[in-house]
Amino acid sequence: MKNFLSKILYSKRLDGFLPILAALAAFVIGAGMLLVMGTNPVVAYQSMINGAFGNQNALAETAVKAVPLLLIGLGICISFRAKVINIGAEGQMIVGGLMAVAFGLAVEWPGWLVLPIAMFIGFFGGAIWGSIPGVLKAYFNVNEILSTVMMNAIAVQLMNFLLGGPMMDPKQAEALGKLPETARLDAAYHLERLLPPTRLHAGVIIALVLAVVVYILLFHTTLGYRIRAVGFNPFASRYGGIRVRRQVVVALLLSGAFAGLAGAIQIYGLNYRMITDGSATGFTGGAGFNGIVTALFGGLHPLGAIPASFFFGALLVGANAMQRMTQVPSSFVTVLNGMVVVFVVSAAIWKELRERKRRMAAVSETSKPSPETTPPPQESAQES
Amino acid sequence: MDVSEIFSATVIIGVLTAGIRLASPYIFAAIGEMFGQRSGVLNLGVEGQMLMGAFTAFYFTLQTGNPWLGLLSAILVGGLMGLAMAVVSIKWRAVQGISGIGFFIVGGGLSELLFKTLLGEVKVINTGFNPVNIPFLSNIPVIGEIFFRQNVMTYLAFLLVPVAWFILYKTTLGLKIQAVGENPQAADTLGVSVAKIRYLTVTMGGVMSGIAGAALSIANLNVFQENMTAGMGFIAVALVYFGGWRPFGVMFGALLFSMVMALQIFMQVFRFPIPSEFLIMMPYVLTIIVLVLTVGRVRSPSALTKPFVRE
Repeated sequence: MKNFLSKILYSKRLDGFLPILAALAAFVIGAGMLLVMGTNPVVAYQSMINGAFGNQNALAETAVKAVPLLLIGLGICISFRAKVINIGAEGQMIVGGLMAVAFGLAVEWPGWLVLPIAMFIGFFGGAIWGSIPGVLKAYFNVNEILSTVMMNAIAVQLMNFLLGGPMMDPKQAEALGKLPETARLDAAYHLERLLPPTRLHAGVIIALVLAVVVYILLFHTTLGYRIRAVGFNPFASRYGGIRVRRQVVVALLLSGAFAGLAGAIQIYGLNYRMITDGSATGFTGGAGFNGIVTALFGGLHPLGAIPASFFFGALLVGANAMQRMTQVPSSFVTVLNGMVVVFVVSAAIWKELRERKRRMAAVSETSKPSPETTPPPQESAQES
Repeated sequence: MDVSEIFSATVIIGVLTAGIRLASPYIFAAIGEMFGQRSGVLNLGVEGQMLMGAFTAFYFTLQTGNPWLGLLSAILVGGLMGLAMAVVSIKWRAVQGISGIGFFIVGGGLSELLFKTLLGEVKVINTGFNPVNIPFLSNIPVIGEIFFRQNVMTYLAFLLVPVAWFILYKTTLGLKIQAVGENPQAADTLGVSVAKIRYLTVTMGGVMSGIAGAALSIANLNVFQENMTAGMGFIAVALVYFGGWRPFGVMFGALLFSMVMALQIFMQVFRFPIPSEFLIMMPYVLTIIVLVLTVGRVRSPSALTKPFVRE
């Protein structure tokens, strides 16, 4: 019996469930917090589930929320695999969005031509914003965590300036309120709505396809191999002829590009204009940080990021429903997200310890002296 | 107002006074973070710890009318969050860059949650730490006005710098901290408990961040708003690099930063013909430039972000 239990406890398969255990732990602590706040956790979680999955519209909203999380999560998978910690997705998303919307407002071309170019421009804008910290890290040894945070703040001010000035909707410029937002994109440029009247848009398909593309890129191309090798061991990679600096730039550039695309899709698929409230989250909805949560939850695997993004999308949608039903502020879910990050990275040690236990078990099994005949050493070597 | 008035004596004194005051949250948080990094732990959760400190300090000051009780609560909450970060990064050896982001998200979310449930709306206190005139010194023209009519938290922040310098360079504890951050294996061999030192520095770092939050909410602004730190915690982390892991270096970094902030506020008030967004952007651009310039010259602690495993 003990043997059986330890077999489960130390099985490699359990590793895949660690993120789920981490999320469960966060939910249990969250339930405690709800109790303290005088709210029944069962009722609160029930309202979250209903709000996220209860009907067609709820499901569509969950998917809509999942799109930026998945796209940014894909970029994070790439950069974290190269051991480059990109926390600048917020800024990269903003710059991608700014450039994409500027293009859409400037041209008067047919929709089938504008849409793909706009998506590419968003991708490109994010890539520019991501590659700056990439170059700074690779060639000037500037810590990317710090530079990406600074780039976020710069991007926010850039957005506030442009939306409140040169790019402001002419109607708003005349109005008294002067809301910082751009004009609305021409209807021909909108990403198709897949399931009217819900807001489910074609961005979902783009994100899912790209998840597969990133999977192939990371695990079945030389570029992906190089990126992962640099993350695994930069010294060995250099010895093996990989240009480490270049991979660092590429990792941040691609990571930024996906965030930029997320910005473009958010505008062309959902809002049809760019709006700010003066902070980053006014446009991104915190997707830059939640994308990190998503990628970690998905095990830094592009295909794992798909269910992860849906899960966190559901949490966000559910949080709003919960706020309406139980008056618990939706920031409750932010706390849950943060705890998931902490627990997922903390669980790595458990994985490591179990790996060691497995190895020790394997060693003790092969070297166990049998009571009847102790086999000569050569034989035991063959057995193992 | 005429643009040339920006350069009048009153305005210059105003900018310097505000700059000194604005430096205090950065100094508290960055000095705390510096000790953590000196011992080999990068705590990226400063922003979350500051927000929690800012909220609890504000809340308890509002409830009791006593800013010292508010400060005490911020110390406790910051210390608890620091301890949590310490457990995660020392005992569980989690990737520090990422677990810190987790704590940032937790702190940000929790302070917002508490703000919305306990306060519900932005409130103002008038029982925070008000400016205290130091006898005699505050009467010195110009200098007195700039340096000696500040609030208690500002004085404490600038006192902390030489104290931190003394602890780091002149005490056994400081030398142990440096040893643990430079060569944990050697320190361990000599009987220094790497874990104990790191628990201490990271928990104290949390305390300092909590105080930094309090300096913001019950001394400099007397108000709490969700996400009111707006990236200050991350800037504090950058200031540690910026200051080359030295207390006075960190202080000068903080001052440079806060002076630019103060200048920016004044330029906005005087409707300087540059969009305010670009003025707000300046400190961040400056940080990146300074990081580029300083990185080659100072070396980070060798064991920074590396969990210690006895071999």
